[in-house]
Amino acid sequence: MLKRLITSREALLIGAIVLLLVLISTRFPGFVRPANLANVFNDTSPLILLAIGQMIVILTKCIDLSVAANLALTGMVVSMVNVAAPGLPMAVILAVAIGLGALLGMFNGILVWKLQIPPIVVTLGTMTIFRGTIFLLSDGKWVNSHEMSPAFKALPRTDFLSLPVLSWMAIIAVILFTIVMTRTTLGRAFYAAGGNPHAATYAGINVGKTQFWAFTISGALAGLTGYLWVSRFAVAYVDIAGGFELDVVAACVIGGVSIMGGIGTVAGALLGALFLGIIKNALPVVDISPFWQLAISGGAIIIAVALNAQANREKGRIILKRAEHAT
Amino acid sequence: MLTQPGSNAPPKDMPGEPAVLALHEVTKTFPGVKALSEVSLSLYPGKVTALIGENGAGKSTVVKILTGIYQPNGGNILVDGKPTPFPVPQAAANNGVTAIHQETVLFDELSVAENIFLGHAPHNALGLIDLKTMTEKARALLESIGANIDPDHKLKDLGIANKHLVAIARALSIDARVVIMDEPTAALSHKEIEELYDLVESLKAQGKAILFISHKFDEIFRIADNYTVFRDGQLIGDGAIADVSEADLVKMMVGRDVSQIFPERTPNVGDAVLSVQGYAHPTEFDDISFTLRKGEILGFYGLVGAGRSEFMQSLFGITRPSAGAVEIDGTPVEIKSPADAVNNGIVYVPEDRGKQGAVLDLPIFQNITLPSLGRISNNGFLRLAEEFKLAREYAERLDLRAASLDTHVGNLSGGNQQKVVIAKWLATHPKVIILDEPTKGVDIGSKAAVHDFMAELAAQGLAIVMVSSEIPEVLGMSDRVIVMREGRIVAELADHELEPETLVRHAAGI
Repeated sequence: MLKRLITSREALLIGAIVLLLVLISTRFPGFVRPANLANVFNDTSPLILLAIGQMIVILTKCIDLSVAANLALTGMVVSMVNVAAPGLPMAVILAVAIGLGALLGMFNGILVWKLQIPPIVVTLGTMTIFRGTIFLLSDGKWVNSHEMSPAFKALPRTDFLSLPVLSWMAIIAVILFTIVMTRTTLGRAFYAAGGNPHAATYAGINVGKTQFWAFTISGALAGLTGYLWVSRFAVAYVDIAGGFELDVVAACVIGGVSIMGGIGTVAGALLGALFLGIIKNALPVVDISPFWQLAISGGAIIIAVALNAQANREKGRIILKRAEHAT
Repeated sequence: MLTQPGSNAPPKDMPGEPAVLALHEVTKTFPGVKALSEVSLSLYPGKVTALIGENGAGKSTVVKILTGIYQPNGGNILVDGKPTPFPVPQAAANNGVTAIHQETVLFDELSVAENIFLGHAPHNALGLIDLKTMTEKARALLESIGANIDPDHKLKDLGIANKHLVAIARALSIDARVVIMDEPTAALSHKEIEELYDLVESLKAQGKAILFISHKFDEIFRIADNYTVFRDGQLIGDGAIADVSEADLVKMMVGRDVSQIFPERTPNVGDAVLSVQGYAHPTEFDDISFTLRKGEILGFYGLVGAGRSEFMQSLFGITRPSAGAVEIDGTPVEIKSPADAVNNGIVYVPEDRGKQGAVLDLPIFQNITLPSLGRISNNGFLRLAEEFKLAREYAERLDLRAASLDTHVGNLSGGNQQKVVIAKWLATHPKVIILDEPTKGVDIGSKAAVHDFMAELAAQGLAIVMVSSEIPEVLGMSDRVIVMREGRIVAELADHELEPETLVRHAAGI
């Protein structure tokens, strides 16, 4: 079981992360102290949550560019709910965040499933719609820290077993979705629908419906992250997490998720997100200019894609041989 | 007149001018398969040569060699009698060889004129494409072949027959000397076929050499001057069409001993399992009715495009029929999706296992259990131990050779992939199994294993529908054969009526 969870590509990524930490520690030993690493993990938690959802969507040969806009819209809605009804228990706020996020994801999923619109077009459209909706709801105004209730702001920072709740949310999502992906029929359907839609159809799997559920999961995780984001930073406005969807896709690609669908694991998405998170947190402290931070993140993405393409090319050669064989 | 395989020098008794394009003792091998074995073929100016053979005889390979897509492993391509290699498709075009394919390879979004002149458009003084000249030239070309097509129209607005005409105009525009037509009439209506014949006559009159590939004997006798028959990648005979009868050609196409290589079986046929009544589809097939009994192997024979696979996919719930009823064990069932079919005990092993059969990125055990997940899960949670047990049971039953059931299917050989796909379907405990071209692209050894296994399944009482275009396989395995042509059942033949000639006659409609 352990062997199946950590395939060679994930081992490679762990190696890369360790190497990165070693390199950083030579310039700034404090970075690798456990307390700091816990901070980095906490800081990367939103990216981990979104990357898990995105990984499932990409697995089914789709892409969800609307996750950051979904996060911002859900964050704005729960902030406004909190302003209007400060006494609401946090469980209700969490349920609203996850439920609204899932609903927005379902909207993407329905368009992909029933109208068969290409996912990149659907989510590019809904990304803009979601951002526009935030503006309509808020009139472009901010919901500021002093308007939010103390309980609303405190939840993600509350320590539990010496880790903040935000970190625990990411850990729980990693465990939960590892189980979903490896131990349930739905998880298996995600892999089959993306790996070979034809074969999946013949095996009685409804590919469109499977993609619908992938978008729903991605949306629910984006909604949850929306609440965590606005409460952690204690502010909600139209442009929060602008462009973050690209970091999410990048984390997946670095984590070995095949953009062609059918290949990817929760562990890969986690490691991909951590890799990006460490770079983002470490480069400023080791005094590297912001320009280099972007260049290094970009370089990591291209190397990851090149490695994936290499693996895929080898597979193509085998298929071609068989195609000739069949002539 | 019948040349023996192996002694096939280029035909010497051909009348008239020398061959403009010829193959001389050409051999082409693919890993494990000899697609062509020292075949020769000659095309003469102003003559139509029909290339005849069963599916898999090597016709497509010849077309690909003549158009520079494949390189022969031995032998020569002769242009005007001189050996001329075609290392790239462009070389074939430069030597005046052009092919009009079964499915036209043109560009839907470009105009007719652009399609005709793509790659050799006339240029003006500035080096830009001279649209006006191009359109005029295209118009003249289309008129010369009697096609009433506006060169400014987009190609996608044309019907299939007019697309063929555009392809022919393109062939003429590059001054082709040899025109290869690969089943050009497959998708045409009766009237359009007549127009195509006229066009072939006019190409002949212009001195073009034509290679005409067809299954249909009526059109071969109507327009061909010469014939060449291939079987299993070997030249069986060639000569002038006036010297042969249909019966001679059929005999050359199929004549061989087929009895020894298939498993001996005594069919033990039981009660009816599957009964199909009046299955119809608006465009693909009509009025398909038959009954299948326990322990029976029912062959479906027909030419490519006869509607067999389309009907099977409909029976399996991939596409919806417009009419028809299905009974399983005498009980009416409704099949709206593949899941319904599997739940009712019908499974389908598709022809193209790479595309439709296996998920190559998943391990063997997950492929085997994919259609059976409902049975090995509780409320959506998989019982992994049970899953492994099921996978191991069927992998062993099919003698699947792999290092471990964790191996990804993409890393297996073709024969073993086929076994994974069959194991996957057997694991659902089916009553009826539909095998679409079960041994296509499978090496000889695995072929025999698949046939033995089919016999064993039938002996265990499974009802098998086998769609096959290979005559020996149909004859060797089936207890009964249904022949389809143009979407309809045209014959149902019992075991004792099965003769290769009969099958081909019914399938080709002669």
